[in-house]
Amino acid sequence: MNILVVLIPVSVCLGAAGLAACLWTLRHGQYDDLDGDAARILLDDADAPPPRPLTKP
Amino acid sequence: MTLLACPGCVAAAHVADTAADAGSQAADAVYIALPQIRCAACISGVEAVLAALPSVASARVNLSAKRVRVVLSPGHDLSRALDALNEAGYEAHELDAAALRPAGDVEGRSLLARAAVAGFAMMNVMAISVAVWSGAGDATRAMFHWVSAAIALPALAFSAVPFFASAAVALKARRMNMDVPIALAIVLAAATSLYETIADTGAHTWFDAALSLTFFLLVGRYLEHRARASARSAAAELTALELPRATRLTAEGRETVDVAALCPGDRIALAAGARAPVDGTAERAAMIDRSALTGEAAPVAIAQGGAIGAGEVILGAPLTLRVTRRAEDSALRRLAALVEIAETGRHRYSGLADRTARLYAPVVHGLAAAAFVLWWAVTGDLHHAIAVATATLIITCPCALALAIPAVTAAMTGRLFRAGVLLKSPTALERLAEVDCVLFDKTGTLTEGVARLPDLDPAAASVALALAQASDHPASRALAASLAQHAPALLEDLHETPGAGISGLWDGALVCLWRGADGPELHLPDRRIPLPMRETPRPGAAEAIARLRRDGFDVAMLTGDGADRAADLAARLGIERVHADIRPADKAALVHQMAAQGKRVLMVGDGLNDTAALAGAHASLAPATALDAARVASDGVMLAGDLRGVCDTLDLARRARRRIRQNLILAAVYNAVAIPVAVTGLATPLMAAAVMSSSSILVVLNAVRR
Repeated sequence: MNILVVLIPVSVCLGAAGLAACLWTLRHGQYDDLDGDAARILLDDADAPPPRPLTKP
Repeated sequence: MTLLACPGCVAAAHVADTAADAGSQAADAVYIALPQIRCAACISGVEAVLAALPSVASARVNLSAKRVRVVLSPGHDLSRALDALNEAGYEAHELDAAALRPAGDVEGRSLLARAAVAGFAMMNVMAISVAVWSGAGDATRAMFHWVSAAIALPALAFSAVPFFASAAVALKARRMNMDVPIALAIVLAAATSLYETIADTGAHTWFDAALSLTFFLLVGRYLEHRARASARSAAAELTALELPRATRLTAEGRETVDVAALCPGDRIALAAGARAPVDGTAERAAMIDRSALTGEAAPVAIAQGGAIGAGEVILGAPLTLRVTRRAEDSALRRLAALVEIAETGRHRYSGLADRTARLYAPVVHGLAAAAFVLWWAVTGDLHHAIAVATATLIITCPCALALAIPAVTAAMTGRLFRAGVLLKSPTALERLAEVDCVLFDKTGTLTEGVARLPDLDPAAASVALALAQASDHPASRALAASLAQHAPALLEDLHETPGAGISGLWDGALVCLWRGADGPELHLPDRRIPLPMRETPRPGAAEAIARLRRDGFDVAMLTGDGADRAADLAARLGIERVHADIRPADKAALVHQMAAQGKRVLMVGDGLNDTAALAGAHASLAPATALDAARVASDGVMLAGDLRGVCDTLDLARRARRRIRQNLILAAVYNAVAIPVAVTGLATPLMAAAVMSSSSILVVLNAVRR
């Protein structure tokens, strides 16, 4: 059962990391233009990705 | 480039590197509306055009909002960018940044963040709960409960705030809404679970049930928010398109100022066809169009020094206006304020959701209380009685019921938005579904302002234009407007005979625009061309009315014009009931009178004269060309000029009502099964989590199916 002492914190930390990543994308406006992002994937300008305006939270 | 190109970007073929960001700051960004963009090629095309300009530091297209955010280089303005876009074939309009809400959707983001936290916590707690459900031993289970509590309590404290806030507001106002039982269930579940954890009595904890309840409801709420936010931001964009600027004449020359900065005594220049932004007096005799305010289609002549109200359109020639009142005191603003008062009357309409909540909440709370009392009395076990009451609240918690209505409204509002109809009010769909009578305003709603003429050869057209431009008669004005793409011919010795027509010399020969049997006639040296002038119905008007009548709606037309003109148009469109020659106040009175007879009126109108009727009607729609006040007063705005949008809206509203009823029945059946299980004390947290999720998913699927 001692393995739980390691496994539970690890699983919680992994989940928290995922949550932090999700909140980071949210704060950087990655869900503001879903239609545009779906269309942009078709553009062949891979070497010069357009800058994303950072909206200050 | 190997992309499919939409019509909006056919004209723009070249693609260069996209704009580079130059330390953009949110503060000096400006927005340009691009109503026609709809594909990837448009995005790269617009960004390429803007990147090539020295005045633009960076540009980024937002396809969902159909606009581009531009950061200008210091010392430049937007005019070059607009010209460049228009040249490249993209329709572009400057947007008033003050009228737009901040680009980032703050409320949506916070809902998503709360849903993300609830989802994260739900998954972790459920993973731990699986161990408890499959029979973890004493010490392990106690530890698992403590870990669950450590994750769930902070997560609930953050995620469930919208429900707590809404429930608190409702309770303070002594109302009942769906959030009251939700908030109570979450609080009770968290509190009893915490007690179980501390006391370690070996009973179940409900952390996972409380979290999954919060998560599903937040997802539903986010979906609803998205559907409505896109409609709202488009409506805000319509307002932002009208730049509140005026050209002030000063001793040094002309300057562009905000309308809000105008003071009494200022002189402002108004071009022909411009709308007066404030109340004032004319510095010379002029013709003005009051149709937006009073509904009279004919222009009004005013003398030098005559009063012009905000919202009136200057015809014929440019005019200098001396400001008499500040913008916020103008007659237009006062009318708009009246509309706001009328609107609050409609807010009293309580949606189906609230009515269901009023019925549902006491039943569920009563059942939970009864179960608690019964179990306590029969077994004498206070602890078990609380557990049963909690189970009852959680398992019957209106997961399905609270999702049933928002999910349908979200799906249908989104569908209407894609069809070009924006709904603003949350209860608009329900009210539209109840409509049985449709009233149309005539000028501007059923008809387009521009008269359509027979095809003229270029020479005849340019002569007609030159003659028409010389007169301020309404017929001439309409003629001039419909021939605006031609160049006027050079005429000499122009002479107007009041009530008959206008004549002049064209290369020495007499030409004239003279009153004929039906409308004006153009007399050229060698021939005579009749120019029958009629008001042109909007596209789809006749079909829309035929369809409405076939579907059993009572259709009528309202107009400030005389009975003859109105009857002619009504006959062409197939409307039997016409209320002609009525004043704005009569329109509202008529709507009230019909409401008193038990009719549910849908008002469709565009002018300031319609606003009182729009606000007073059971439901209302306005075309996108309507005045700002009319758009504010109505429940929905039709972006496409096509009146068939009215029929589609009513169809979808009725379908939404059917879907909501189905969902409520589904939820009721679910509760009929779940409540006895919970009250008899048989429900476990595992059961609650499984049953609650499946009923929510079922309701959402029913809402989004075609």
